[in-house]
Amino acid sequence: MPSRRCEFIAGVKAELPILLGVSPFGMIYGVLALSAGLPATMAFMMSFVVYAGSAQFVGAQLIGTGAPGIVIVFTTFIVNLRHILYSASVAPHLKRLTARWRCLLAYLLTDEAYAVAITRFNKEPAPPPGLPSTEWYFLGAGLAQWSVWQASTAVGIALGTQIPPGWALDFTIALTFIALVVPALTDRSSVAAAVSAGIVAMLTASWPYKLGLIVASISGIVVGLLVEAPRVSIGRQQ
Amino acid sequence: MNCTPLALGLIIVSMGIVTYAIRLSLIMLLGRVEVPPLMQRALRFVPPAVLSAIIFPELLRPGGTVNLSLGNPRLLAGTLAALIAWRTKNVLLAIILGMLALWMFQVALPE
Repeated sequence: MPSRRCEFIAGVKAELPILLGVSPFGMIYGVLALSAGLPATMAFMMSFVVYAGSAQFVGAQLIGTGAPGIVIVFTTFIVNLRHILYSASVAPHLKRLTARWRCLLAYLLTDEAYAVAITRFNKEPAPPPGLPSTEWYFLGAGLAQWSVWQASTAVGIALGTQIPPGWALDFTIALTFIALVVPALTDRSSVAAAVSAGIVAMLTASWPYKLGLIVASISGIVVGLLVEAPRVSIGRQQ
Repeated sequence: MNCTPLALGLIIVSMGIVTYAIRLSLIMLLGRVEVPPLMQRALRFVPPAVLSAIIFPELLRPGGTVNLSLGNPRLLAGTLAALIAWRTKNVLLAIILGMLALWMFQVALPE
């Protein structure tokens, strides 16, 4: 019994340093969702229902530009597809849990909670079968992340209602994306993916229904794969 | 933004369903299904591709008209933020200085 509480608290503690970085983003999301034109209730509902930082930023931006629902939902799908890797990665560790546990932990499976939970799962020794523990660690990390995200979002929304439109805070969306993308451009293929997606986005910017965004994103991904491909085959020959 | 609260609510709920379905998918399949290697490789390019596809028009086509000149405050502020992010890898610093730069350029540059 005490092992559950220990694991839960250890999970919360492991998540804390990450939360220092997460809370400013929650606030920025709140502010920019309002400046994109979302009503405060809808901006907060998105944090609760979608609960995925980057998809919320992109979603708020697209809603603000009047993109059609199907384009917004499909873009959310592309942006969040990386979570399938997390889902695959934690699946073997959650095998013995009930469906209810697995449904709850899936909701909490953000980038940050995954990063913390998987380090615990990979740490040996695994708990003996039948003895609940590491899922409580995941739960602690996930709930800590969730609470801070909701709270910081609410603070951002409250701030956002006080900020006059003349401040051009909608630009924080573009700035956030720039600040996230640029440090991740560490090799030729990721640069190629970014630049080609940007060029295609410019060429297709006047297309209706924001379809250009989807075409540009897929072009970037394909170009990234093509540029990366030769190096992979060289690696295999050695 | 030009849709009804109901439509907006439906969009957000659909975004939530899609996100949750992805997260739950392989957890429910209990690891019986693996992610294909090509998809694993492709996922790495999703953030740079999607985010750049949003950034480029925001900087180079503010308000719907292409503006590649030095009189475009968003282009200048965005480029500065990119340089700061590249040199320092500090996301918040890049956002704050980028925003300050935008306000400065908006005042300093003729419309």
